[in-house]
Amino acid sequence: MTHLIIFLFFGALCLAGAVNLLVQRHPINSALSLVVVMGSLAVEYLLLGAEFVAAVQVIVYAGAVMVLFVFVIMLLNAGEEVRTKGSRVAMLFGIPGMLVGSALVGWVLIERTGSQTVAAGALPGAPRTIGWLLFHNFLLPFEVTSILVLIAIMGAVVLASHPDTDSGKKKS
Amino acid sequence: MQERGRDDLTSVGGPVLSAVEGTRALLRNNALNITTFIIVSLIKTVLALFVLLTAVAYTVWLERKVVGHMQNRWGPTRVGPFGLLQPLADGVKFLFKEDLTPPHVYKPLYIAAPMIAVIFALTSIAVIPVGNSITLGSLHIPLQITDVNIGLLIILGVTSLGVYGVALAGWSSNSKYSLLGGLRASAQMISYEISLGLSLVGVLMLTGSFSLRDIVDTQGGTFWGFIPRWNIFYGGQFIAFFIYLISAYAETNRIPFDLPEAETELVAGYHTEYSAMKFAMFFMAEYANMITVAAVASLLFLGGWHGPVVGPPILRALLPVFWFVLRIFGFLFVYIWVRGTLPRFRYDQLMAFGWKFLLPLAIANLLVTALVVALRA
Amino acid sequence: MVPISYYLVLSGILFACGVTGFLIKRNIISIFMSIELMLNGVNLSFVAFAAQWHALSGQIFVFFVMVVAAAEAAVGLAIIIAVYRTRETLNIDQVDLLKL
Repeated sequence: MTHLIIFLFFGALCLAGAVNLLVQRHPINSALSLVVVMGSLAVEYLLLGAEFVAAVQVIVYAGAVMVLFVFVIMLLNAGEEVRTKGSRVAMLFGIPGMLVGSALVGWVLIERTGSQTVAAGALPGAPRTIGWLLFHNFLLPFEVTSILVLIAIMGAVVLASHPDTDSGKKKS
Repeated sequence: MQERGRDDLTSVGGPVLSAVEGTRALLRNNALNITTFIIVSLIKTVLALFVLLTAVAYTVWLERKVVGHMQNRWGPTRVGPFGLLQPLADGVKFLFKEDLTPPHVYKPLYIAAPMIAVIFALTSIAVIPVGNSITLGSLHIPLQITDVNIGLLIILGVTSLGVYGVALAGWSSNSKYSLLGGLRASAQMISYEISLGLSLVGVLMLTGSFSLRDIVDTQGGTFWGFIPRWNIFYGGQFIAFFIYLISAYAETNRIPFDLPEAETELVAGYHTEYSAMKFAMFFMAEYANMITVAAVASLLFLGGWHGPVVGPPILRALLPVFWFVLRIFGFLFVYIWVRGTLPRFRYDQLMAFGWKFLLPLAIANLLVTALVVALRA
Repeated sequence: MVPISYYLVLSGILFACGVTGFLIKRNIISIFMSIELMLNGVNLSFVAFAAQWHALSGQIFVFFVMVVAAAEAAVGLAIIIAVYRTRETLNIDQVDLLKL
């Protein structure tokens, strides 16, 4: 029972954050609502027993990626976004279509998997087990991702560096 | 698919599963009543918060006193003996000052920012153990609000969320000094968090656990009878300790890395536009973060609460707490000492130092530690 | 006890919010955040399926998604900074020229 209440509370918080992300016009408000979404998702992971994933979610997503977003928003001092007028066709067909589609998907999900329930901490997502899996069964993907990260770092440095740095060096 | 998954799990996580089952059984036996549990937890939380806030106030006093003596001054002397009541007077002053809100700030975030900072600074106390456990009658109470097995990760997560307070304060104040301070703070804290985290991984590899209590428990005993078996003396973690020390100064925005609030160039950095209690909240957050960092350093590198224990049972239970607090104060004293001694870095120096020196050093230390652990196994 | 489908529905709604944001937002940074929201929705379903099938592989996938998302954020934000430097706008409608 408490499990369900916690799930519903943080699920509602999560949805409120997601909707707020859409409604808010200033990017910094959207960023903060995304942080709320990530924080409440971390609690949902805890409910599913994935404690290590929850911690990494907070440290990596909320603590690093989103800080980067906030940093860039502050750096560029981006103002409120200008809304273009939505098209009438989208209003007429898009919203009912989306509602019908999501209702269909929800119905299928509930019908097909309805009998299964999850207890709190059903699966021991202990760091030791996860580390073991990561460095035995998933070693190759792990190494490939690390190369990806290396390339991403180099790409970020190249892209964000001032374009006239080289010419400046030549001049001086 | 499902069957294979189960097999995987039992082969890998067998011991973990049994540990979980054991904990559940323990809980069921100890489920004498949930009310006792809630009452004890509440008392522990209130006590921990009270002690932490008092410690914050007196760290400020200690800093003023020590820096004063280093600079051939007296520090606070007027209020109470040795100025001991100065923190109280300061608190009253902060409470009664006018709470100014400058006209062009972005109000919701301007108000929320100091709260975010102070909340995340105070949260991490929840997983920090301060000693073994005490027994009152039939009640066995561990001296820790809650012992989770990802304790260290929680501290890292909460401190990494603390950046938002500073960054948002800088942005929402709508002033150039605040914005520069906020930008500097967020860049600096992200950069140094990496080497901070990596310096802790060595200790984690030696211990094999994220639980702070387990980490302290492995540090009991001595080498050759006289060197205490602290992690700092063990497996080359000496270097890791220094990486941690330097990154911790940068994480808490203290001299020599207090660029975000460098008063000679940025007025007061991110809290330029704040006054009265909102300013006091940033102040409290900074000192609470210092205490958290000091506590983590003592737990991970300096042997936690291990020390000579003698005397009657009550003394035996409380002496470890004393040793732990002594370590924290030693660490804080080094903080203040460094503040009284070193000048401030330039910002490009700070970034170059973090990325080009500390990070490679931390990775090298990690490799060496991994080698040591692998050879020993 | 919470049925597994609740988690899946929540993840589906989050993903739908992400798609909607991706389509209706006009600020590059907001669009980028919508992508992050979609990734988060997917992560939740991974963890839920991991709990359903008692296979930790699902949680490992979440790590890979997170790593890729972090790399993507680093490169993407660098691109955004570069775009802002040359066009001085973040509105996606005004960044429609191949060459300045």
